Amino acid sequence: MTQTEFLNIVMPFKDKVFRLAKRLLVSTEEAEDATQEILLKLWSNKTKMEEYKNVEAFSMTMTKNFCFDKLKSKQAQNLKIVHNNYEDGNTSLQKQVELTDSVHWVAKIIEGLPEQQKLVIQLRDIEEYDLDEIAKMLDMNNTAVRVALSRARKTIREKLTNTHNYGIK
Amino acid sequence: MVLNSIEKLLEKYENGETSLKEEQQLKNYFSQETVAPHLEMYKPMFAYFSVNKQEQFTKALPLKTKKVFNYKWIAVAAVAVLTLGYYFKNPVVSSYEEYAYGTYSNPEEALNEVTKQLAMISNHFNKGVSTVNYLEEVNKGTETLGYLNEMQNATNIIFKKQ
Repeated sequence: MTQTEFLNIVMPFKDKVFRLAKRLLVSTEEAEDATQEILLKLWSNKTKMEEYKNVEAFSMTMTKNFCFDKLKSKQAQNLKIVHNNYEDGNTSLQKQVELTDSVHWVAKIIEGLPEQQKLVIQLRDIEEYDLDEIAKMLDMNNTAVRVALSRARKTIREKLTNTHNYGIK
Repeated sequence: MVLNSIEKLLEKYENGETSLKEEQQLKNYFSQETVAPHLEMYKPMFAYFSVNKQEQFTKALPLKTKKVFNYKWIAVAAVAVLTLGYYFKNPVVSSYEEYAYGTYSNPEEALNEVTKQLAMISNHFNKGVSTVNYLEEVNKGTETLGYLNEMQNATNIIFKKQ
C-alpha cells in the first residue's frame, strides 16, 4: 500500500477520529496527538489493513480505547490535562454572542456526561453514524446505545433548560 | 403544523428513536433564525453539533516510513572490513619476516657479513675479559696479607718465652 492509497482511505475519517478524541480528552493538543498516534498506528499496520472489513469503524474503536488508556494513564492522573480551547470551533457563530454563550454551555454539559454517553452523543449527533455502527464501534448492544443516547440527550436538554431559564424562573 | 411535527420529533429524539433523516430535519429546523420560543433551548444544542462537525484535524501527519536502522548492513560492513584486512595483511607480514630474518641472496656477501658480525662479537667479548684481568691485583693483595703469618710467628716466639 502506498502513501497516497493510505491517505485516500484515512482522510475521510481522520477528522472524525480527531473530534472523538477531543470529546474524550477535551484538550485540542491532546486530541491532535492522539489522532496522530492512531493514524500512525494504522500506517505501521497497513499490511493488515486490507483484512479489516470497516477501517473507519475499526479506527473509531481504536480511538476510543486509546483515549481511555490515555485518561487512565499515570500521566493524566498526575497532571490534569490543561485545556483552554472553548473558543475553538465557534467561528461561524461569532455574530450571535448570546448563542455562542449557550454553545459553550452545551460543550460544558457534554463534558460533564459519563464517558459512554459522551461517546454515543459524539458518534450519533455529531458524526451521524448509524446506531448499529455505533454499537459495533463501542462494543455495546443496540439497546444499550439507544438508552445511553436517550439519557445523554435528556440530560443535555434538562441542563440547557435550567441555564436558559436561569434568572427568569 | 410544522411545530407540531417538530415537537413529536423532539420527543422521539429524546428517546433515541429518531432516524438519521429525522435528526437532520431537526437540525435544519433549529438552524433557522427563529424557532418557537419554548423550544429555544434546543437551539444551542443543535448549533453545537453542527459547529462541532466542522472541526478538522490540521496537524501534519509524518507518514514517512520510519527509517529503521538495518543491522544487516553492520554485518556487511564488518565482512567487507575483514576481507579487506585479510587481503592487505598477508603481504605486509611476509615483508616483515624478510626484514626480521635479513636474508642475503649472495652467499659471499652473507659470509662477509657473518664474519663481520662474529668479529664484532669477539671484540666486545675480549673487552669484557680484559676487565676481569684486574682480579689478579686482588690475588696480589691477598699474597701480601701472607706476611701477617710472619708476624704471628714472632708473637708465638714471644709468648713461648714467657
